[in-house]
Amino acid sequence: MANVIESAPAVRRGRARTRRAGAPGAGSWIRRVPLVPALVFMFLVTQIPFILTLYYSFQRYNLNFPTAPRDFPTAWNYEQIFGDHIFRTAVLNTVLLTVVPVVASIVLGVGIALLLNRYVFGRGFLRTLIISPFLVMPTAAALVWKFTILDTTFGILNWFLRPFGLGSENWIGQHSQITIMTFLTWQWTPFMVLLALAGLQSQGEDLLEAARVDGASTFSIFRRITLPQLRPYIELGVLLGSIYIVQAFDSIYIITQGGPSTDTTNLPYYIYQTAFQAYDIGRASAMAVIVVIATILIATLALRAVSSLFSSEGMAGR
Amino acid sequence: MKAQKRTLADRQATPLTRLLLGLLTWIVVLIFFFPVLWMALTGLKTEPDADTPTPHFIFKPTFAQYASVWKGAGGLNSLPSYLEHSILITVLSTLIVLLLALPAAYALSIRPVTKWRDVLFFFISTKMLPVVGAIIPLYVIARDLHVLDHQRLLVVLYAAMNLPIAVWMLRSFLLEIPRSVIEAAWVDGAGLVRQMRSVILPIISPGLAATALICFIFAWNEFFLAVNLTTVNGATVPIYLVGFVQPEGPFLAHLSAAATIACLPVLIAGWAAQDKLVRGLSMGAVK
Repeated sequence: MANVIESAPAVRRGRARTRRAGAPGAGSWIRRVPLVPALVFMFLVTQIPFILTLYYSFQRYNLNFPTAPRDFPTAWNYEQIFGDHIFRTAVLNTVLLTVVPVVASIVLGVGIALLLNRYVFGRGFLRTLIISPFLVMPTAAALVWKFTILDTTFGILNWFLRPFGLGSENWIGQHSQITIMTFLTWQWTPFMVLLALAGLQSQGEDLLEAARVDGASTFSIFRRITLPQLRPYIELGVLLGSIYIVQAFDSIYIITQGGPSTDTTNLPYYIYQTAFQAYDIGRASAMAVIVVIATILIATLALRAVSSLFSSEGMAGR
Repeated sequence: MKAQKRTLADRQATPLTRLLLGLLTWIVVLIFFFPVLWMALTGLKTEPDADTPTPHFIFKPTFAQYASVWKGAGGLNSLPSYLEHSILITVLSTLIVLLLALPAAYALSIRPVTKWRDVLFFFISTKMLPVVGAIIPLYVIARDLHVLDHQRLLVVLYAAMNLPIAVWMLRSFLLEIPRSVIEAAWVDGAGLVRQMRSVILPIISPGLAATALICFIFAWNEFFLAVNLTTVNGATVPIYLVGFVQPEGPFLAHLSAAATIACLPVLIAGWAAQDKLVRGLSMGAVK
């Protein structure tokens, strides 16, 4: 069977063929009508701007000099970017500030999910508490972290650390990358907990019991049964986590403003600065184009790896 | 969440191990929840109680900060107008999303078009492209159309932001409707509209509600588009909060009270949608 991967849709197509008289065929235009408004809307709002971004990126377009010639088409912006050391820093920062929180939140998320999947007093209540960091407005959370938790003098973190001889750390000023990574990990761990819990609850208790009766240790059960079961869920966590965390902006804008210097300037923040503080529309657009191309490349690879998750009818009951 | 039952692993563990693991669970969860708790507590303090190097855990709670957030004090704007914008924008954009997504999800599940797979991937691909890739033209277009700082701008953009999620999520709910139910409606001669209203909608109404809540959460919390495209008239709650970045004088209790109000609607929505949260966030991939 060459068609194994396609089996789920094939089943559905087979079902569609058994439809009653009066239902129009799959190719019929009337079937497409319900789709048109959503498609047109998405095309207008999301695709046109991207085309314009591409167009602007080949112009010398600065809002400070509205009458200056734009020299379309010119590769000037791209030449500027490739000689720009801040851009290179921003690329590295983006990778660092994405990879570390994704990995950390998945490791923590799986760990907490394993704890919560046991018999624990007040489990439902604990689950409600653990999803809260993901729900609270990132802007609000970032402000609360910045001023009431991380602040050198008034922050409660330094108060907690004082007995350990650490009480006067300037977290935001001197450990800015760790601060942002910690914040993002805190924000995204709850999501990974929920995903991992869904995965754990889909695994059959029988298999675990059998393994235990056979004398397998807790660790080898985790490694040989639980982890392979969780794999698709972890992959999905990596994919979704990366998509969102790579765009991290709120926390950087509020906690560090990309600093000190450019230590926490990631690509979204650098593009924001170029466009809305330097008003260099052309150069910011060229950077955005590079980001989009990089994202498409990475997302295509990632999607190929996890597309089975989306093409099947979902992951329940696998 | 499944009904609690003791797994074999639990039963084999000694009471002490069970106790220690339970304790560890509580400690870890409370560490994660602490910033939220601290925000809510600090909002109930007076400024002298809040702005201290040694935190006051025992204090006389007061709603004075909430009152001053509501009225606007100390050179800060008052919250209600921003709340009003946020509510209007999130509700309208969520309505638009549902109106567009439900028919689309129908055409991608119950009676799928031939290229349903490509269409689904088009929707999800728009979520993968970073917003920074579109923000500059959006700014220029909005300026030229004179809708910068208008609420309707964010309504449209938030609808586009949430539409792919809603399509995927609603599709996953529609696929769960038993085939026989829909075919019975066809046999009875029900048209598309009647089929929708009397058969499909009642079945998926919990799913529809969960989808609306997810869209509401994302729109309510959105910051990047709001900060770049609005200043006053279209500004939402996150923009109000940004006013605290350069503070003057003691303000921690004031800030915490404002932040708590800003978070409360979404916390309530999220707690209410708990069981469907994973499904929404994974766009229907995880049931």
